[in-house]
Amino acid sequence: MVVAVRDVHYAVDGRPIFAGVDLQARRGRITAIMGPSGTGKTTLLRLITAQIPADRGQVVVFGNDLARLKQQEIYGVRQRMGMLFQNGALLTDMSVFENVAFPVREHTDLPESLIRILVLTKLEAVGLRGAAYLMPSELSGGMARRVALARAIVMDPELLIYDEPFVGLDPISMGVIQRLIKQMNTVLGITSIVVSHDVHELSAIADESYLLEAGRVSAGGKPQELLQSELPAVRQFMTGSAEGPVRFHYPASDYTEQLLASEAR
Amino acid sequence: MSNGNHRGFLLEGVRKFGASAIFLLQILGQCIPALGRPRLVVFQIYNTGARSLIIIMLAGLFVGMVLGLQGFTLLQRFGSEEALGSAAAIGLLKELGPVITALLFAGRAGTALTSEIGLMRATDQLVAMEIMAVDPLRYVVAPRFIGGIISMPLLAGIFSLVGLYGAQLVGVQLMGVDQGSFWSQMQSSLQLRDVTEGIVKSLVFGVTCSLIAVNEGYHAAPTAAGVGLATTRTVVASSVLTLLLDLILTAMFLK
Repeated sequence: MVVAVRDVHYAVDGRPIFAGVDLQARRGRITAIMGPSGTGKTTLLRLITAQIPADRGQVVVFGNDLARLKQQEIYGVRQRMGMLFQNGALLTDMSVFENVAFPVREHTDLPESLIRILVLTKLEAVGLRGAAYLMPSELSGGMARRVALARAIVMDPELLIYDEPFVGLDPISMGVIQRLIKQMNTVLGITSIVVSHDVHELSAIADESYLLEAGRVSAGGKPQELLQSELPAVRQFMTGSAEGPVRFHYPASDYTEQLLASEAR
Repeated sequence: MSNGNHRGFLLEGVRKFGASAIFLLQILGQCIPALGRPRLVVFQIYNTGARSLIIIMLAGLFVGMVLGLQGFTLLQRFGSEEALGSAAAIGLLKELGPVITALLFAGRAGTALTSEIGLMRATDQLVAMEIMAVDPLRYVVAPRFIGGIISMPLLAGIFSLVGLYGAQLVGVQLMGVDQGSFWSQMQSSLQLRDVTEGIVKSLVFGVTCSLIAVNEGYHAAPTAAGVGLATTRTVVASSVLTLLLDLILTAMFLK
């Protein structure tokens, strides 16, 4: 087990985000975490990467309970993982090459000639060796995400975390990213956690899926099992229906009353 | 303002001061590792110092020229125009140099630091560094803080030198003060402690303005409005604190 989230509770300003989440990511597998917008998928990733501590429960990564680790030990755990951010989060004052080389320069004393080979190899893997000397501002959204992927794998991590990797991509870029996630997993044997609400793209590559809803895991299992689930909330999400237990509207006062009210609010 | 509001305002002030002190300690803890990366520090000296040179030199020239004009007019009333050199030197080295440089530094370099770090926060670049097990305090904040502290006294020194040239330009070249008297009076009346006072002030202002700039940027809300607000706060807080600290330091040096 690479990641284990056990009975995690987390609240922001008294508003509960998680009320007992349990899930696991097994070694060498692709684990999908799905759920409607606002269910805390990105927050869950922040818990797994030790950016925020859980209020209650345990987050265990590589056998380490994150709550018990000191800052330096957390950095040690993070050196074994890579993360692909939704917007790429490339360092804007560095070229594509320097962005990918950044973690290598920070954590190793490798000679420049070796760093060059390493970076070009990773850029070739994501099809962007030709863009090595472009600046991030010159890249499209899909290219930026592929550069970020090259940077995430340059240190050969054991765990790769993808935050909404398909958002805002054209079908070609989406297909390329989808294939890259699968390749990283099958060729390099990297354990992957993919957070997304793109059901079909994710179901095609995931080994295990979890559906987050109302602060808990409402369903878990193989993607096919989730697609065939009879649970109303799972069915609603997997088929993209507006009708069902998952509310589309944010809680509000009566519509007519508010329209007819004299006050601005 | 009611008592409750007074208390809330005071508590918020104490909380902010405490948070800034803790942040300063965290940065200081990262300063030695950051000094091990001289390339980053040198780039920040260039970024905050060299890139502020034109505005500092222009301001120094104009302030020196105004000082020459005003000083000459005042001293002429007492028939002691020759003392213009020492008046300008003491005024520039002890007061105007450090204070105006700090105000300009806050407006030019401080705002640039805050908005740069704030935008890095808003675009997840700082979080990305943390995930890559690189401490942004060491890689981003500490080099900028050190760069600011080194740049400030250098800029204040350049401001004072250019200011003296401006005062000489007006006093000697335009108003006809004797050149020999201008420089010799300056040389005889100026003491080492006057220069020391200016250096100490510019160092203190350098620490203050740099700390405020990096602190505001690092803790800016990750939105466009948040970065804008943090930048404004940098200018306001740096300016007010510079003037307050100037008062305190001047009183201390007079003792």
